[in-house]
Amino acid sequence: MAELTYRNAVAHGIAQEMRRDPNLVMLGEDIAGAGGVFKTTVGLLDEFGPERVRDTPISEQAILGAAMGAAMTGIPVIAEIMFSDFIAVCFDLLANEIAKSRYMTAGQVSIPIVVRTANGGGSRFGAQHSQSVENWVMMIPGLKVVAPSTPLDVVGLMAASVRDPDPVVFLEHKSLMADKQDVPDGEIVDELGVARVVREGSDCTIAALALMVPRALEAAARLEDQGISAEVIDVRTLVPLDTQAILGSVTKTSRLFTVEENPRLCGWGAEIASIVSDEVFWDLDGPVVRITTPHIPLPAAEALEDMAIPSVDLVTETITKRMG
Amino acid sequence: MTTQIRDEGLYDYALREPRLPEPENRDNDRLDIPIDTRLEMYETQQLLRQFEKRAYDLFMQNLVKGTSHLSLGQEAIATGFARAQRDGDYTFATYRGHAHTLARGADPGAVLAELLGRENGILKGKGGSMHLTSVEHGMMGSYAIIGAQLTIANGAAWSAQMRGSGQVAVCFFGDGTTNIGAFHEALNMAAIWRLPVVFVCENNLWMEYTPIDLITAVPNPAADRAAAYGLESIIVDGNDADAVYETAARVIDRARRGDGPSLVEAHTYREQGHSRADPAKYRPPSEVEAWKARDPIPMYHERLLRLGVPEGDLSAIQQDVARRVDEATEFAKSGAHPGEEHLMTDVWADGGSAWRN
Ligand SMILES: Cc1ncc(C[n+]2csc(CCOP(=O)(O)OP(=O)(O)O)c2C)c(N)n1
Repeated sequence: MAELTYRNAVAHGIAQEMRRDPNLVMLGEDIAGAGGVFKTTVGLLDEFGPERVRDTPISEQAILGAAMGAAMTGIPVIAEIMFSDFIAVCFDLLANEIAKSRYMTAGQVSIPIVVRTANGGGSRFGAQHSQSVENWVMMIPGLKVVAPSTPLDVVGLMAASVRDPDPVVFLEHKSLMADKQDVPDGEIVDELGVARVVREGSDCTIAALALMVPRALEAAARLEDQGISAEVIDVRTLVPLDTQAILGSVTKTSRLFTVEENPRLCGWGAEIASIVSDEVFWDLDGPVVRITTPHIPLPAAEALEDMAIPSVDLVTETITKRMG
Repeated sequence: MTTQIRDEGLYDYALREPRLPEPENRDNDRLDIPIDTRLEMYETQQLLRQFEKRAYDLFMQNLVKGTSHLSLGQEAIATGFARAQRDGDYTFATYRGHAHTLARGADPGAVLAELLGRENGILKGKGGSMHLTSVEHGMMGSYAIIGAQLTIANGAAWSAQMRGSGQVAVCFFGDGTTNIGAFHEALNMAAIWRLPVVFVCENNLWMEYTPIDLITAVPNPAADRAAAYGLESIIVDGNDADAVYETAARVIDRARRGDGPSLVEAHTYREQGHSRADPAKYRPPSEVEAWKARDPIPMYHERLLRLGVPEGDLSAIQQDVARRVDEATEFAKSGAHPGEEHLMTDVWADGGSAWRN
């Protein structure tokens, strides 16, 4: 058992997989010599050498293209896109090539890659370095999407993502990097497509992802004081989506709140709200309520950014009001 | 040089000065290429030509739906490179990829069936004309978003380098593609990592409907950029299969030896429109005529005659290819339209498409 930060868990999870599979390589900007701008890849160059841990030019398209070409010819790859906002620069590779090639070639091509990227706000970086882009990638058939909220999940879901034969986008949350957790020794392998009930409750369900999970948990603790028993689900992977876990919880509690860091329109919670209203509508005691960042670019100022991203206060107040 | 007056239903560009081909280089008769290799390249060019003419006829009969981009007039490039590649080498092509797929040995019947959207198509009808792929022949895909395939070819070359397999990736693209960022990212990465990759620009003088010289800062869109990546500037007559083959063999060998990437610009001409829907009225008629007079296939035919191959041998090859294209047509037409069982397969490695439980 060792205490790991979320940040160290990234390198820990990658190292576990690189030791297991001598073919696995990684590439990205500043990941080798510098250990990553978020220090998530520290130590990997020393252990695995420059052939397997490669610094690249600032060429996001070339990074994902190289990852795809290598993966389709037998070398699994972990590619880093430094900030998830930069996915916009190489969206062709992700959305048109990596996601679709298996289907378009009737299964001739396999692309076992993990695209890791630092996602989300809270760092006062402004509108181009803070976005939550899970819906950008979730909407593309052919991509799996993972967003862990704890160090242990980072390790286990990293292993599951690397071992998955399909392309996975792995969203590491910038504001969780310093979070700590005890992580057991030995190999840790989790499973994609499995949500986790992180707090049991009976009055309402809160579905949350990544940074919103600890906030939802804190809100649930406050709601408890007000006599509302909230169940909190860490969705963990958006594709594949553990719909059954959410439907099961909603059937039990009869209310659903989603807590999403993405701007309002087409956030992941909208899909869940749609599924829930379609499939367990008669089990609901009230509307499904989405708590999201407003539909704005994220502001840089601390005061403004904190107003924008759902806070514990906002989650607590919204649920209290809507349950009232 | 830029804008012209509209006249007589011709598009502006049709009134420009024609850009004429260099004359054929008869010295290439004497290139040290065995006659058997040349006969194979003759056969390949015949196949590409007759196949695409058939594909065109089938569009006209409305049997090929959607769009399709032909390489008529450009066959010598796909042919020369494919002949210089080894089994196991990789090919990456564009939406204009019928020729490259066939040249690597994919079955013409399965390719034609794909164009017809049939279940016996090489992609079961799921990819279509713009995405032809035959991994078993090293044909790693046809890519329809400009520039992407250069970056992906790098990855295949990187993988070959890491595996020490000696494979080389050859990546085709048009002149217009030299103006997209991915081209420059790919060239730089290939150069710094000394990847075993060969980039081949098929400069057919036209982007889609715009002359390449109007929209490119340098006269030779690929060759003039090579120096920026520390590469040799290489221009080859893309309408002479022997010239292409000789250059291809040299740069592929260089890549295989570990001496890094090359960028080749092959000058050629698209004899027809950009795609099926394009009557190509925007080009100076004298330009089209001059390039048709330098069509790679009759030229190669004449060369082989000069080299002493009997006319009868060449017409036997032509007829054999014609028979194969007829058979391919029958095979393609006989295919069923894909059934519903194919719609939801092959999104994921497990064969399915489930995104939720
Ligand atoms: C990124 C992108 N932009 C535009 C297009 C539309 N388009 C398809 S083919 C083409 C022309 C490409 O010209 P070139 O690279 O010279 O190749 P050619 O068609 O002559 O073989 C364009 C603009 C595209 N497919 N992808």
